[in-house]
Amino acid sequence: MTIIYLVVFGFFATAVLGLVTSWIDRKVTARVQYRVGPPFLQPFIDIVKLLGKETVIPAGASREVFLSAPLLGLAGVIAVSTILWVNQFFAEGFAGDWIVIIYLLTVPSLSLIIAGFASGNPLASLGSSREMKLVIAYELPFILAMLVPVIGAHSIRIGGILEAQTTGIFAGSISGILAIIVAILCVQAKLAFVPFDIPEAETEIVEGPLVEYSGPALAVFRLMKNMLLFVLPFFLIILFFGGMRLNGINLLWTVLEYVGIVAVITVIRNTNPRVRIDQAVRFFWGPMTLIAAVAVILALNGL
Amino acid sequence: MSLKLKALLKSPWVFHLSTGSCNNCDIEILDCLTPRFDIERFGMLLTGSIKHADVLLVTGSCNRMSVERLKGLYEQVPKPCLIVAIGTCTGSRGLFIDSYNCPVPLDKIIPVDVYIPGCPPKPEAMIAGIVKLIQKVGGS
Repeated sequence: MTIIYLVVFGFFATAVLGLVTSWIDRKVTARVQYRVGPPFLQPFIDIVKLLGKETVIPAGASREVFLSAPLLGLAGVIAVSTILWVNQFFAEGFAGDWIVIIYLLTVPSLSLIIAGFASGNPLASLGSSREMKLVIAYELPFILAMLVPVIGAHSIRIGGILEAQTTGIFAGSISGILAIIVAILCVQAKLAFVPFDIPEAETEIVEGPLVEYSGPALAVFRLMKNMLLFVLPFFLIILFFGGMRLNGINLLWTVLEYVGIVAVITVIRNTNPRVRIDQAVRFFWGPMTLIAAVAVILALNGL
Repeated sequence: MSLKLKALLKSPWVFHLSTGSCNNCDIEILDCLTPRFDIERFGMLLTGSIKHADVLLVTGSCNRMSVERLKGLYEQVPKPCLIVAIGTCTGSRGLFIDSYNCPVPLDKIIPVDVYIPGCPPKPEAMIAGIVKLIQKVGGS
């Protein structure tokens, strides 16, 4: 049964939905810029094309680490999405799975850091060190914001958080709204989207940690990023909007919530310039941590 | 046609390489990405890293300094890849045909798949050239 959950839900469903989400992201970006945008199947074609290309391993790179880093990141995303799917539709969570998810969500960033340092390229090393600083910056407000539903539900199980929201969703309370604002900006940094695409900065350090990757290894990294683009909004929906409900009119609400979160992320991405790494750290440790702390205090007082 | 080639033609990511051009062709390449032409409709993206590229857009007159870099970069492109020579300079050296600094045209250095003449070629001409390239590779 575990295998079915891992392969069917953790990998295939998440990959397909993630690639569709990345098409939504690219299409909305194109519309914001008054362009037409790519066709619907474009993300799938990109992955198939990359799988058919040659993998170039740079001379200064560590071969084993260079090739295993993308798989590590993909494994992390598959684990997170499996836990989320299983909690959402089969009610088979375990005590403390919230903590496991928070831990596993750093694995993709970790794999990017390893990939950059294993590439033996100065631009990749620069990207990796920036990614490291960014992880340190956004983790504190992200965990504080994620703590709000836990306090509201008096449970550290995802299943408990979902049960507590059958009467009223956390997004309806003041603490919930503050936590969502912080969480969406942290998700922006987790996905390395503008204004927090400092580690990848295509015009500055050409894609950062991914600069030396080509062929199937790059395909796995792109798949990992696209899956993360589905997993993070899904996690927010579970924590703040009472999860995905597929019966009757609720299906429409679920789709609207999901597309809404993705569209907000994309619009933030398209209307902001890239900030410097010191500005990003100051932003997350200053105002964002403050807002998240206020949200936690409000949640403790039952608001 | 194999699936590999079909996917390649549906999502050619272009890398833009200037071998000493006057920047006119480079600006016209960037025009292809603007809302008026929008080549992302055909799945084309401008990549920053040579390792992500499928199509190499070469501009400029291939002077002695840049020929070495051109060869190095050509070896780094993951194969299969396609080469497009943009502008009169890459095709026949144009104005610089008598220059001491431009020994040979581009196709004497690396294999070229399609030539797009013009000084600089219009974005429409570039898109027409890419369409011909896709027909040529897809047909064979």
